Amino acid sequence: MLRWLIGGGREPQGLAEKSPLQTIGEEQTQNPYTELLVLKAHHDIVRYLVQLDDSRFASAGDDGTVVVWNAQTGEKLLELNGHTQKITAIITLPCLETCEEKNQLILTASADRTEWDCDTGRQVQKVSCFQSTVKCLAVLQRLDVWLSGGNDLCVWNRKLDLLCKTSHLSDTGITALIEIPKNCVVAAVGKELIIFRLVAATEGSLGWDILEVKRLLDHQDNILSLINVNDVSFVSGSHVGELIVWDTLGWTVQACERNFWDPSPQLDAQREIKLCQKPNDVSIHHLTWDEENVFVAVGRGLYVYNLPMKRVIACQKAAHDSSVLHVAKLPNRQVISCSEDGSVRIWELREKQQLSVEPAPTGFFNMWGFGRVNKQASHPAKKQQENATSCSLELIGDLIGHSSSVEMFLYFEDHGLVTCSADHLIILWKNGERESGLRSLKLFQKLEENGDLYLSV
Amino acid sequence: MISAPDVVAFTKEDEYEEEPYNEPALPEEYSVPLFPFASQGANPWSKLSGAKFSRDFILISEFSEQVGPQPLLTIPNDTKVFGNFDLNYFSLRIMSVDYQASFVGHPPGSAYPKLNFVEDSKVVLGDSKEGAFAYVHHLTLYDLEARGFVRPFCMAYISADQHKIMQQFQELSAEFSKASECLKTGNRKAFAGELEKKLKDLDYTRTVLHTETEIQKKANDKGFYSSQAIEKANELASVEKSIIEHQDLLRQIRSYPHRKLRGSSLCPRESEPIQDPPSQAATTSDPEESADTDHYACRPSYTPKLIKAKSTKCFDKKLKTLEELCDTEYFTQTLAQLRHVEHMFRGDLCYLLTSQIDRALLKQQHITSFLFEDLVEVSDRLAEKQESTVSKPHHYVPPSESPEDCLVPQVLISVGSYKSSVESVLIKMEQDLGDEASREAAVMESSSFDPQENLDYLEMDMKGSVSSGESIEVLGTEKPTSVLSKSESQSSLTVPLSPQVVRSKAVSHRTISGDSIEVLSTCPSEALIPDDFKASYPSAINEEESYAEGGQGAIHFQAGISPPEAGEAEEGSSGLALLQTDASCCIGREAGALLVPLSTPGHTLSDEDGVVSVPPQRYWQKDQGFHVDFSVENASPSSRDNSCEGFPAYELDPSHLLTSLDGSKTSLDDHSDATSYGSSVASTSSDRTPSSMPPAGPSSERHKKRAGQNALKFIRQYPFAHPAIYSLLSGRTLVVLGEEEAMVRKLVTALSIFVPGYGRHGKPVKHWLSSPLHITDFQKWKLIGLQRVASPASASALHALSRYSRYTSILDLDRKTLRCPLYRGTLVPRLADHRTHIRRGSTYFLHVQSMLAQLCAKAFLYTFCHHLHLPAHGGEAPELAASRQASFLQLTLGLVHEDVKVVRYLAELLRLHYTQERRGTSQPALRFDYVPSFLYKI
Repeated sequence: MLRWLIGGGREPQGLAEKSPLQTIGEEQTQNPYTELLVLKAHHDIVRYLVQLDDSRFASAGDDGTVVVWNAQTGEKLLELNGHTQKITAIITLPCLETCEEKNQLILTASADRTEWDCDTGRQVQKVSCFQSTVKCLAVLQRLDVWLSGGNDLCVWNRKLDLLCKTSHLSDTGITALIEIPKNCVVAAVGKELIIFRLVAATEGSLGWDILEVKRLLDHQDNILSLINVNDVSFVSGSHVGELIVWDTLGWTVQACERNFWDPSPQLDAQREIKLCQKPNDVSIHHLTWDEENVFVAVGRGLYVYNLPMKRVIACQKAAHDSSVLHVAKLPNRQVISCSEDGSVRIWELREKQQLSVEPAPTGFFNMWGFGRVNKQASHPAKKQQENATSCSLELIGDLIGHSSSVEMFLYFEDHGLVTCSADHLIILWKNGERESGLRSLKLFQKLEENGDLYLSV
Repeated sequence: MISAPDVVAFTKEDEYEEEPYNEPALPEEYSVPLFPFASQGANPWSKLSGAKFSRDFILISEFSEQVGPQPLLTIPNDTKVFGNFDLNYFSLRIMSVDYQASFVGHPPGSAYPKLNFVEDSKVVLGDSKEGAFAYVHHLTLYDLEARGFVRPFCMAYISADQHKIMQQFQELSAEFSKASECLKTGNRKAFAGELEKKLKDLDYTRTVLHTETEIQKKANDKGFYSSQAIEKANELASVEKSIIEHQDLLRQIRSYPHRKLRGSSLCPRESEPIQDPPSQAATTSDPEESADTDHYACRPSYTPKLIKAKSTKCFDKKLKTLEELCDTEYFTQTLAQLRHVEHMFRGDLCYLLTSQIDRALLKQQHITSFLFEDLVEVSDRLAEKQESTVSKPHHYVPPSESPEDCLVPQVLISVGSYKSSVESVLIKMEQDLGDEASREAAVMESSSFDPQENLDYLEMDMKGSVSSGESIEVLGTEKPTSVLSKSESQSSLTVPLSPQVVRSKAVSHRTISGDSIEVLSTCPSEALIPDDFKASYPSAINEEESYAEGGQGAIHFQAGISPPEAGEAEEGSSGLALLQTDASCCIGREAGALLVPLSTPGHTLSDEDGVVSVPPQRYWQKDQGFHVDFSVENASPSSRDNSCEGFPAYELDPSHLLTSLDGSKTSLDDHSDATSYGSSVASTSSDRTPSSMPPAGPSSERHKKRAGQNALKFIRQYPFAHPAIYSLLSGRTLVVLGEEEAMVRKLVTALSIFVPGYGRHGKPVKHWLSSPLHITDFQKWKLIGLQRVASPASASALHALSRYSRYTSILDLDRKTLRCPLYRGTLVPRLADHRTHIRRGSTYFLHVQSMLAQLCAKAFLYTFCHHLHLPAHGGEAPELAASRQASFLQLTLGLVHEDVKVVRYLAELLRLHYTQERRGTSQPALRFDYVPSFLYKI
């Protein structure tokens, strides 16, 4: 039979030679996702996924519907229709311990500026007293209130009563909203970060109030992402690739990283540099973090910034073909990124044991701007700074299924990965081996139920 | 479909199928003598050459009180079928058996005429002069105008093949009983209607007579009666009596044994009108309501007539036709049923038997059959299953033996042991010592057992029988003693007495007339069979025996296997035998135990094991598939005798030498529509009317044939057929890319035989697609024909194809390339050997089916052995289970390399199917592997 292999052979690995994009080919032994389930319910771009509990998640998108799914079976549990326009934000409102009814609520905000749905199964209430599109939502569980950010910032309680609101902030509106200690919230408004303090209603006071405390003006461009890393710091990222780590208490800059985009030395027509010349290619779309690292989606690249060391420890400058939209860190040192190019990639953060021994075929690139140009362009994707980068991101697999930009994904420890995309689809990626085992168990359970299982003694 | 594909290799390729290969010339010693009747358009296997008709047909005859036995109609109603066969003569033959002691009239001690509800009788008759053998089903219909109110009819299934009739007796009897029941139901209805009319007439006549008498009385007041008046009074009295008689008859016909009605409810379409009576009773039958208004509404046209005192001479009147006797509706239903019967038993006996085995085995595989079997058949079987569970208590086959249960053993016997079931014993009547004696003696000597003993035995039984003829041969009795001794050794079934004994007893109840009629076998009416026998009736005597015999039968198959191969074969079967004995892994017991409830509850473990171990035999034989026919043809006369032992001497003509095995090709070729019919009509007990037949029947058979042929071509033409087929079997979508739609469609159809189905949805095959592929397509379809167009649209289509290349194998028809993962297993080369000697599409299709059935069996074992998948104890690491699985697949099932993936994939489908059986809604997830692909070129 092997005689037919004449003329056959390993397919050239697609674009591997031509593109700086690192590819992995078809053999992905470490990629556990060998089963997929396509979920179809939306009629437009699916933009948001939110986890409800261990086995359920909700998806929302431009068609204005929210769909609740079972993450294990891919079964559609509920379809919530209430919005007439795009959903712009979705968040879950966890139930309080004191609350007798255990209903979990979903808050969704839509571009029609009129509706608020809070559902699990039914529309609880609708609020439509907004002057602007609500772009983000945040829940302050400690105070049992939630905030909506549009052109102004509103504070609501669980019963959907408006407690207080700020004056008109800007026409661009609040793009991101996080909670920091001392009853403060940080709102990203254009290039500014504004810190507000919430004053809860007490016996003496008239009611809730929200006060602007400080404006942070360090960013040079619009702030796209903002996350709360830990109790002492939060991180913001801007359109031009600035990453600033702030102190949550003093609201001061702890560290600043603004050199993801450094066009100056790369004027000599290298392909990947050309691609990087557009500011969009260094905009920080998404941030995520674990105990010590911040994972930054910069343009089409992926960077790992170490907080204690205050420097980038690993990067993939061309992790995807186009902008990375979402990044997540899995417990097992894996990082998953999804991108506009329609693919999802799985990376593993590997520590380099000995930097000196490690051959550096790809050359090094200084992330901070003093770096040399990498002239050996054959594998420019693997760039490390000689002394600074102590880890590497290894591509261990990619998931190709969506035909359009992958907007977001959710990771379930037990059920795998859920991705949503502009092609209106949601794909459930599962560990085929585990699923097979589960099905087997189910089979024998059913046999037992039917009384057909005879266990040997 | 499980069947032996090997047996049909040596048929003539004279049909529309083109012949891709020239058959290599056979060595002289292997060649078959030319069939002497070939010029008549017959084939060597039809065994019809001696007969005057070209194929089996059904004849309905009547013993008319006016003209004697006469044929009424034949099915098919085509003079070509029976040719110059003398229907009148044969009618005489079959009707002259005085089949039932039906007495209607005034029984002694009874005041009124009494209707007897006689059971139908079922007899097998043979007429050696005509070369015709017939299953004859006698029935009686009621006719008010007929002598004794009865009209004897019979329906006969006439075939030139005695063995076919004998073997299919049970089935024939069941089917004809349905037809008969239908006729009789209609007849009862019509008879009741007739009686009512008659009663009205009588009533009217009485009124008229009464008035006349009154008038006479008034007119004549002299105090004495004129003779005219006395006559009138007598007339009136006789009318009164007649009314009472007819009322009694009406009561009788209405009180037709309820048991029978229930019995007939097994066929819905008949039961429908039967269960109708509530509504119809209102109009026709209910005495209280007969005077109701809706009666007149319904039959406004009928006006009572005056009945003359003297009835007309019976020869003056015209007897009712059969259609008049039974309601037209019922009559057409009966005809439909008979046509169905004719269809069902069309073709050679071997074909019928093979397809019965097929069905029986398929029933045992209902868990895996969805993978590769035709959906039509599956649904048919499902329907049948439901039906049989519903109708079980009333089924013609005795209740203890539902069709599923009985078919297997019976079928196994009929293949393996002609000897035991078709032994012909010629019984001599005492007075007959003519020249036929010598012939019969010869036949008896040729049979394997002591004729004398048998003769004595049967003679004893025949003592009481009245025989009016000179030489009646009662054929078709099995040797009771041998059967008994065999059954003694068999523990699973207890047969207190051979059914044949019962048969011969039944014979003794019959009066046989006619001079050269051979009563081959009779089926006593049900009442004659003691209940104990019903379970084992007729030939499901013992399976153990059938297996032993099966081995003998398998001589046909294995004769050509060289010793090492034979060893291998043993290895193969012992491999599975190992399953049963290996205590440490305890698969055998579990598998067996699992199988029992899954397939047919009530079977013993040994049955199950036996069945499981059958496919591997074939598996090992497959390479020798072509020696099979050589060996048969090569057989010396003695061995031929051996193998054909069960046949009467005249059957052992060299021209008929391919007795059993090759029959199936006949049916496959010459009765292709019949075979398709057979395959679509999954059950002999199903009651579908022919009109409800799936219309796709014939085309699906042709489809199979074509698909097989094209698949065969593909295998020969493309050296990379193996990896392509592997892709299909392992659930990796194969995209057939081409410009020409017809070519792509053809190949897709051909390859679809390798695609495992998901279940109810049918095979996941898309024959032609011109839009770009999407990820959902791979989840939905496993074989896609994709259009290659020279337009920008195709660029996107090709882009999508390369993007999703990890999920697909791509077969480019235009460039003759294949891009797919490597395949190194051994399974596909056996399945698709490019050097195969199989030349016919249908043969190859069967070959594939049997191979795949075997594969399914492996997947089944793998799926349902719980110790492979469940941890042995709580704390066991999952790796241990994984290693158990691997070793099971590799060592026990003998799978190597990629074959493992195939079985794993099938197992996955099985799990899904089993667990989702009720819902059956969602499509399975798309499973894939991250494996490199290779590019194959011619």
